[in-house]
Amino acid sequence: MENRGNLNNKNKFNLGNIFKTSGFSTLMAALMAIFLGLIFGFIIMLIAKPSSALAGFRYILLGGFRRIWDVFYFATPILMTGLAVGFAFKMGLFNIGASGQYTMGMYFALYVGFMWDLPPGIHWIVAILAGLVGGIIWGFFPGFFKAFLNVNEVITSIMFNYIGMFLVDMWIQNNSTMYIPNMARTAYLPKSAQIPSLGIPGSNVNFSIIFAIVIGIILYIVLEKTIFGYELKATGFNKHASEYAGMKGKRNIILTMMIAGGLAGLGGAFAILAPSAIAGSSVTYEPVNIIAPNGFTGIAVALLGNSHPLGIILSAIFISHIQRGGTLTSLVGFKPEIIDVVIAVIIYFSAFSMIMNTALGNFLKRKFRVKKHKLAESIDNNTKEKD
Amino acid sequence: MVKVEKYIVEMLNITKRFPGIIANDNITLQLKKGEIHALLGENGAGKSTLMSILFGLYQPDEGEIRINGKKVDIRNPNDANDLGIGMVHQHFKLVEIFTVLENIILGVEPSKMGFIDKKEARERVIDISERYGLKIDPDAKVEDITVGMQQRVEILKMLYRDNEILIFDEPTAVLTPQEIKELLQIMKNFAKEGKSILFITHKLNEIMEVADRCTVLRKGKCIGTVDIKDTTKEELSRMMVGRDVNFVVDKDEAKPKDVVLSVRNLYVEGENKSVNVIKNVSFDVRAGEIVCLAGIDGNGQRELVNAITGLGRVSSGSITLNGTEITNASVRQRSILGISHIPEDRHKHGLVLDYKLEQNLVLQRYWQPEFQNKGFIKFDAVRKYAEGLIENYDIRSGQGPITITRSMSGGNQQKAIIAREIDKDHKLLVAVQPTRGLDVGAIEYVHKRLVESRDAGKAVFLVSLELDEVMNVSDRILVIYEGEIVGEFDPKKTTVQELGLYMSGAKRNTTKEKEDGE
Repeated sequence: MENRGNLNNKNKFNLGNIFKTSGFSTLMAALMAIFLGLIFGFIIMLIAKPSSALAGFRYILLGGFRRIWDVFYFATPILMTGLAVGFAFKMGLFNIGASGQYTMGMYFALYVGFMWDLPPGIHWIVAILAGLVGGIIWGFFPGFFKAFLNVNEVITSIMFNYIGMFLVDMWIQNNSTMYIPNMARTAYLPKSAQIPSLGIPGSNVNFSIIFAIVIGIILYIVLEKTIFGYELKATGFNKHASEYAGMKGKRNIILTMMIAGGLAGLGGAFAILAPSAIAGSSVTYEPVNIIAPNGFTGIAVALLGNSHPLGIILSAIFISHIQRGGTLTSLVGFKPEIIDVVIAVIIYFSAFSMIMNTALGNFLKRKFRVKKHKLAESIDNNTKEKD
Repeated sequence: MVKVEKYIVEMLNITKRFPGIIANDNITLQLKKGEIHALLGENGAGKSTLMSILFGLYQPDEGEIRINGKKVDIRNPNDANDLGIGMVHQHFKLVEIFTVLENIILGVEPSKMGFIDKKEARERVIDISERYGLKIDPDAKVEDITVGMQQRVEILKMLYRDNEILIFDEPTAVLTPQEIKELLQIMKNFAKEGKSILFITHKLNEIMEVADRCTVLRKGKCIGTVDIKDTTKEELSRMMVGRDVNFVVDKDEAKPKDVVLSVRNLYVEGENKSVNVIKNVSFDVRAGEIVCLAGIDGNGQRELVNAITGLGRVSSGSITLNGTEITNASVRQRSILGISHIPEDRHKHGLVLDYKLEQNLVLQRYWQPEFQNKGFIKFDAVRKYAEGLIENYDIRSGQGPITITRSMSGGNQQKAIIAREIDKDHKLLVAVQPTRGLDVGAIEYVHKRLVESRDAGKAVFLVSLELDEVMNVSDRILVIYEGEIVGEFDPKKTTVQELGLYMSGAKRNTTKEKEDGE
């Protein structure tokens, strides 16, 4: 009875087993990717401007701590788009359309914010829910096309990024309540439509970061503890087996894309409904025909977080942190784009996570070789005894 | 130990450990030039690991490899190739959209000024294929040719690279009886030419037929090397399994009762929707009997099974289960009505390989109230259920219920599927090639379970390509040829030869009256 022997051993060699768990190794791989990305970024800064590279690098690493509340504020939308990408990814769907869903959610939220007259305390909640609906609608289409017409969701969702962005820009420019033509931006949202601030002076940080984190935890529970999550991951791992087991593949594809869209839509709503630290103003949207970059940052967040909801919470906060730090590098003469280079490199390395895992695994193996030998021997003995 | 034997390959005291298991424990294997050396062992005995070490896919933790008496270090398959070692893998490594010729020359393309010189390659390939009687069409795409032909492409790949040491990893698992015969003959020809062959298998008949010597592994240990002429099938199986194996399935007379599955005038379209691959098929399966569908692969078995289990669509006709029409029911509805299905391809359909064993054991039942409450999985119930099945069905794995299924041996993966499907409340068990790729010990186990299921009053519909299995296990045999049932037989009153004639289309009768076979 090999399995018995092993179970007994598991308790004895806890340390070795921690290193073997996939969660641990993916976390280590992500940390290693971050580490290498930062080093690479530092080298680029050295090449670009050797004299202030060290100072600039200090800002990237530590600058975020100076503006910790802004880190959370800017983490909110990319956390949501990260969840939108990661959640679909668990089912084997590459939702590259988070930008479009984000923009659509933002528009729906704006529409309710400007056009509906609701009492304070309810207005912003309805506006958020409208954002959710907008995202769900925009996630539905790629899911529908995938499920019933077998159109690759990558193509559909890229196209829906453009369709969504142009539609929203057109709708906003045609709406005299929302749009101020000579400023080329939306008007200030009424106070009642803004999400309550957390009350940190000088920062826009608001309740939405709490909502976002809670949503991330809920997604984790859905994926790990429910039969919907079980079906979803089974379909992602092996579509054929899910059909064999009688799971409703088409329904699940559409549902997953709708949920993913809803998450991104919430991200858009959270971003646009944020209160402004400057009294009497609000966050505004400029319809300038650009696809929302937060959607693409979401892909980076999801990749770094290994599509794990809790990992995505951490990676969103981390990326927001170095982004904030990155903006400070301009104080010592760097262009803020330097931080995009660093993030890109980190993502690049995290795509190597398999190799990282193996390299790390070998390293740990060498360190714990003696232990493993003992482990192997005791299993052997166990097997012998039981035979 | 007086005579100094000359060995072309020596693997001395090889040890290879994986987390939680010693795959190879101090194994020594010596291959003489020009011999066919069989490597026999149950699934998970360490055969594939040992061969992967020789082929450079793994590095041994201890021990050394010698080729022609010289110590070598094989770091990757290219090193192995340089040493003249070639391997036909169990799962072919071919580029499906390339032609046969392109696949053969892949990696060693002859070129002129940077352009591939296909003419020269073609001539050589045709030359080799004619010399060894390996019939192929060099310009056919691999995705369009049969499995048997794909295997010939793999063999030609080795010959094209002038490999002298040929490893065959369970080459007959995917072949029809005729193709197996041809392959064994080809292997003998190779040996005559002076090539040395390592033949991994667990089919004892084949070893007895072609091999010169045989090394037996069990649970990662080397049990011994024997000369085939001095041994018997029974002894080999005892060495392999560690106990006596019953080759004849032990079972009483079937006592068929009510009709469970009834198929009437069924037509199923092929994938390209132009022709029917199942034509006017009608048959019944009763409770308490094992009905076996025999036939050569690709004669409509897959389509018929998909129609019964709900994975495929029917174009006309009807299927009923216990009197309930299920012709257009969903997979889940059929599952609830009592169909269990052991699928043909356990990796593609039967298991989610990245899931834990316990998650796979509830794959057909996770939605039942026993395992979920308002959509939340009852983890304790799942664990308890899995532990029960693991115990009852003797499913072995590194870490019990939490083992990632991918890391389990093929035999134990199959046991997991069988446990899941048989333990599920069912009236009809559809078992498609349930012993494919399994060793004798596991085959015995599967057959026993099928008979048990029958004796428990279930209807069993078995689809098999192995004539031994067909004759041994079934109570009634249906032969399928080109999508039609061409004959129905009683296994006690027919012979393998007669079945073969019907399977190959040489004879047919649609009435139940049986002519005498030759």
